[in-house]
Amino acid sequence: MSDIGFVRADLVPAKPAPNRTSGAMAWAQKNLFATPVDTILTLLGLLFLTWIVPPLFNFFIGHAVGPNGTVEECRAIDAGACWAYIYSEMEFFIYGFYDIPQQWRPNIVFALGAMLFVPLLIPKAPFKRVNAILFLVVYPVVSYFLLAGGVFGLTEIPTEKWGGLLVTLIISVVGITLSFPLGIILALGRQSNLPVIKTLCIAFIELIRAVPLITILFMASIMLPLFMPQGTTVDKFLRALVGVTLFTSAYMAEVVRGGLQAIPRGQYEAGASLGLGYWQRMYFIILPQALKHVIPGIVNNFISLFKDTSLVYIVGMKDLLEAVKTKNDSALEWQSANTATTGYLFAAMVFWVFCFSMSRYSMYMERRLNTGYKR
Amino acid sequence: MTTLDTGPAAAPRPSFFNDPVIRGIVYQLVVAALLIAFIAWIVGNTATNLAAQNKTTGFDFLWKTAGFDISFSLLPWTRASIYWEAFLVGITNTLLVAFIGIVAATILGFTIGIARLSSNFIVSTLATIYVETIRNIPLLLQLFFWYFAVLKAMPAVRDSIVLPLDSFINQRGIFVPKPIPDPQFGFVWIGLALAIIGVIVLRTWAKKRLEATGKRFPVFLSSVAVLVIVPAIVWFISGASVAFDPPVLERFNFKGGLQLPPEFVALLFGLTIYTASFIAETVRGGIQAVSRGQTEAAMSLGLKEGDRLRLVIVPQAMRVIVPPLTSQYLNLTKNSSLGAAIGYPELVNVFSGTALNQTGRAIECIALTMLVYLTFSLLTSAIMNWYNARVSLVER
Repeated sequence: MSDIGFVRADLVPAKPAPNRTSGAMAWAQKNLFATPVDTILTLLGLLFLTWIVPPLFNFFIGHAVGPNGTVEECRAIDAGACWAYIYSEMEFFIYGFYDIPQQWRPNIVFALGAMLFVPLLIPKAPFKRVNAILFLVVYPVVSYFLLAGGVFGLTEIPTEKWGGLLVTLIISVVGITLSFPLGIILALGRQSNLPVIKTLCIAFIELIRAVPLITILFMASIMLPLFMPQGTTVDKFLRALVGVTLFTSAYMAEVVRGGLQAIPRGQYEAGASLGLGYWQRMYFIILPQALKHVIPGIVNNFISLFKDTSLVYIVGMKDLLEAVKTKNDSALEWQSANTATTGYLFAAMVFWVFCFSMSRYSMYMERRLNTGYKR
Repeated sequence: MTTLDTGPAAAPRPSFFNDPVIRGIVYQLVVAALLIAFIAWIVGNTATNLAAQNKTTGFDFLWKTAGFDISFSLLPWTRASIYWEAFLVGITNTLLVAFIGIVAATILGFTIGIARLSSNFIVSTLATIYVETIRNIPLLLQLFFWYFAVLKAMPAVRDSIVLPLDSFINQRGIFVPKPIPDPQFGFVWIGLALAIIGVIVLRTWAKKRLEATGKRFPVFLSSVAVLVIVPAIVWFISGASVAFDPPVLERFNFKGGLQLPPEFVALLFGLTIYTASFIAETVRGGIQAVSRGQTEAAMSLGLKEGDRLRLVIVPQAMRVIVPPLTSQYLNLTKNSSLGAAIGYPELVNVFSGTALNQTGRAIECIALTMLVYLTFSLLTSAIMNWYNARVSLVER
């Protein structure tokens, strides 16, 4: 006799198959109908979509008037977006009042800019230093002479005629390029041991950050001419640039300061123990590390600046938004119920494409820069 | 015999030109001198320019009659009012739109931020689309859209769109009935005040009891009940009533009621929708910053879902959320200055716009405007520092 009290005589009944973990049904079960509340939310969401998507589709595509349409079609009762209006006014939206036969000049500037800027964004592209110098030093000079003219037999085109996307891009690119060195100097000043310099930098940064850009532009537009010696005229474009640069440099300083504070103290001390002076220490050791950290922050600053350029209408510049608004208000031959809406939607799409791609780029850089520090 | 100096060698004195202390002083003197020279140059230029334009300076204009109209004002305003009053009207209008905007943007932003974290695919996708669309379009463009493409495109007064509750929407804005509480209504306010005091007492008592005996008291539900029931009883007993003055269409415009001008509505919409997208990101970041271990620890202590959120997750998330949230509030207040572009009479519009153009006192007007924003900013950062000191983790 053995001690075994229990011997299973038959097979354990098979358990039901586990829930699917892959495939469309399983995905829907997990992401759409996990709980009763989830199901209700899903249904509400679907209802919302069926309510909002067809009208939007009809407005943008279905009933919209294509680029070759006429204004009569745009005035039809159930007409959607009037893309014909955008198509016919496109030149104004891109170049403003820039002389039409001369528009090849901004085109070259756009093309050159893209050729120099895109490799700068790709981390693996070679010749970074040469590329950066070309883009930051040579390119602005070339572009200025190309756009303004007056030399080498090019017709002179005053900045009052510049407008549209051209102005938006110039102001944001020049603003960010000029505010970068200013921001670094302000950030270093804020970290300085010298009380006078530190106080000045803090006062400047905090004052600028406390007030809205619109008041700074007001100041640039009304007070800058007062501050200059009698007889000097300050170009409107220059006023806008000064205002935007001052404003952005304060924000840039805060971004750079974040990078400076992320550098461990040992790095400063190591530099000092090698006998390097302050500027050598900053140039060779601290800034190269700090600036690498803050690339995403700089891109984010650029995004805000790009959006904020829409405020330069204060000083009387016609940037993209102001160009669209001007046409919406004045293009009587295109007047219809949807003209203004279409114009603003077009401007919104242009801004969105730029800002969204930049924000994706900033996220990509953030991921790339983070890898080195993960353990 | 020679004496050996065995003590620590004094650091060799660097030469006069290389001494960091002296260099520092020299640098600062140079900077200060340059700054003073620069300011003197600017002041000199300004004085000459102003003299050439026959303009005077000073703040005496603040007590002169303004003589212009302001389309929307909470304070009494007539053309005979003085510039100082215009300044105050500007500030109150800015604060009004900022305050309502902050409340609305917080509610919308928190909802969307939480929705982005939802496990429900449709909900989180819709929230993501909202955030990514709104964040990447300039606020000014959104204001133009709301003002020119939506509200100004509303039908004329005669064909107003009728909304429920006797409200109308047309080109001139939104018209809603105006509540006119009768004198008895004061008692209801007193009742409400008493109820609030009662809730505070109740909470203190409930907390004490919880710490002493471990017994829980349904604080939230009872607080809501007290807040609703007490004023309701007072209302019933005192017989207070609220009369509504509905807007009535007359020959050319609505009479009576409360008119919300389209500038105000557009600015409020724009600010709320734009800022909410940033708040949503802040909220999402804050909740994600609380590590999953905290949830698991709370579960292993046997806390229920609600308590887990209320006692463990939210307090830690708030520590991360609040500083950027206040900076968003400040941004909203600063951004309300864009109302100037669509004609809402806020501070910049009234004071750096109309008043400046009428008086020609550019420096004074812009300086006063900036001073107001600077004050808001300093106040906010002072409150923030106090809050941060209070909630920061105290480690050993």
